[in-house]
This record gives sequence, C-alpha cells and structure tokens, in this order.
Amino acid sequence: MKNPLDQFLIKKIIPLQFEGVDLSFTNASLAMVLVTLSIMALQYFGLRGSLIIPGKVQALFESSYDFIADMVKENAGREAKSYAPFIFSLFMFVLISNLLGMFPYSFTVTSHFAVTFTLAICVFLTVTVVGFVKHGFHFFRLFFPAGVPLWMAPILVPLELLSYLIRPITLSVRLFLNMAAGHILLKVFAGFALTLGLYSFAPVLFNVMFIGFEFFVAVLQAYIFTILTCIYLNDALNLH
Amino acid sequence: MEFESAKLIGAGVAVLGVTGAALGVGRIFSSLIDSIARNPSAKDDMSKFAFVGAGLTEALGIFALLIAIMIFFK
Repeated sequence: MKNPLDQFLIKKIIPLQFEGVDLSFTNASLAMVLVTLSIMALQYFGLRGSLIIPGKVQALFESSYDFIADMVKENAGREAKSYAPFIFSLFMFVLISNLLGMFPYSFTVTSHFAVTFTLAICVFLTVTVVGFVKHGFHFFRLFFPAGVPLWMAPILVPLELLSYLIRPITLSVRLFLNMAAGHILLKVFAGFALTLGLYSFAPVLFNVMFIGFEFFVAVLQAYIFTILTCIYLNDALNLH
Repeated sequence: MEFESAKLIGAGVAVLGVTGAALGVGRIFSSLIDSIARNPSAKDDMSKFAFVGAGLTEALGIFALLIAIMIFFK
C-alpha cells in the first residue's frame, strides 16, 4: 500500500541550476502558476465588459473585492484602505490554491509549510514594519497597554511579546495543517477502500462526505487567514 | 517494547488531545445558538465571530493531530 504522504512529494519538471542554487521548475511551481493564471483569468473576464449592471463573472469578481474591502474597513479602520489590494491578493491566492488542490491528481500549494510560512512571514513583517513606521518606538506600547499597574509589567510584557512573536507560526501552521491533514485523511480512507473487499463502499461514502467538508474548510481557512491579517494590521495601526 | 508498537501507541495517545478542540468548538456554537435565540437580528455579525473562533480553536486540535502524524510516520 502506498504511503499517504506521497502526494506531497515535489517532482522537478524542468531542472535548472544557477551557480549551485537549485531553481528547477517543479510541480509546486506549476501549481502556483496555475493559481495565478486562474486569478488573472477571473479578473480579465470579469472586468472586460464593465457594464453598469454586471454580468455573472463581473458580479463574482466585484463581490469578492467588496468582501475584502468591507473586511479591511471594518477590522482595520478607514485609514487602512490602502492595504486592501495586499489583503485581496493574499485572500485570492490562499483561496484559489486551497480550492485547486481539491481536484484529483492536483497539487495543493498551501499544504507545504514552506509556502504558508513564507506568506505568514510576509504578513508579520509587513505589519511590524507598518507599526514601526507609523508609531516609532511608541510601538512597544502594544505590549504594555496604558492603565496597567507597574507591578504587572514583568508578567505581562514577556507574555504579550511571546504571543506577538508566535503569530507567524500559528498563522502558517493553522493553514498548513488544515490542508495537509485533510488531504492525508482522504488518502488514508482511500487506502482502506482498497483493502476491504465487500464493504469498501463505507470508506468511499465517508470520502464523499469528507470532500464536501474539505471544500468548506478550504474557504474557511482562507477567510480566517485574511481576517487575522486584518486584525493584526489593526493592532499595529491603532495600538489597542 | 518494540519501536513499531511504541510508535503506534504514542500516535494513539497523541490524538486524544483533539477532544479539547471538539469541546471548544461545541461550546462556541452552543453559545452562538443561545445568543441568536436572544437577539435574532444580530445573526450575521455573530456568525462571523463564531466561524473565526471555531477556526482558531480547531487549529489547536490539529496541532495535536500533527504530533500524532509525526510520531506515526517517522
């Protein structure tokens, strides 16, 4: 029986070497290119006619942008409107790569810790740099809110600092684990369907229901990633 | 004890941590239903918070699953 973890192997399609650094075009790169092309296709076909009363694709694209703009405005305040394109790209990338991974024989980009950790580190660095640029050293007031008595500082500040520094890790691990564990579970139950003879309809039935649940988890995890980014941005821009 | 059987027992014990996540998610949605019963007009707002909270809580249960998978396959 094959290992359920085999689906995550990275295979090189076009091997490239540049000064000893491995820059091959792998199946992960191909999946990311497909994700980007899908988002660009959605945008191109959505905005092509640009009627006042929108057609179907235009309504889909406009509603997804309105969703993100409302989320940013509600969670991060009015002055965070300039971050809406960044949040939109983040949301669309995570959503489409989660959903494209549900096709059979396809590759889920976000089920690799390297990818989700990169996204989470980008978000964390952006939020921290924005906080420092806007508030200067007053940014450290985030860890020691006003109105807290001084004797609580040695307990509160390390705790707040730790929970701030662990944000990229939990953000990335949450997304990675939801995707990877879902796919592993699907493969494990598919393996059961091979070994059972007469009763192999039971794992297949479970797989059908679980694929439905996986679609829900894919959309929900993209939404949670984005809304947590908005909340962290709110923390950095308006210190508590 | 053999290494293989210790791995299996370890993976089985590690998955028991998922019960905490299950209890947490149950509590979130039960309080969501209670608050919708009290105030039906706030349904959309509170459902958003409930799903975000459920996603955060479920992540911790999946941390336990990660440890179990790491024990089982290495």
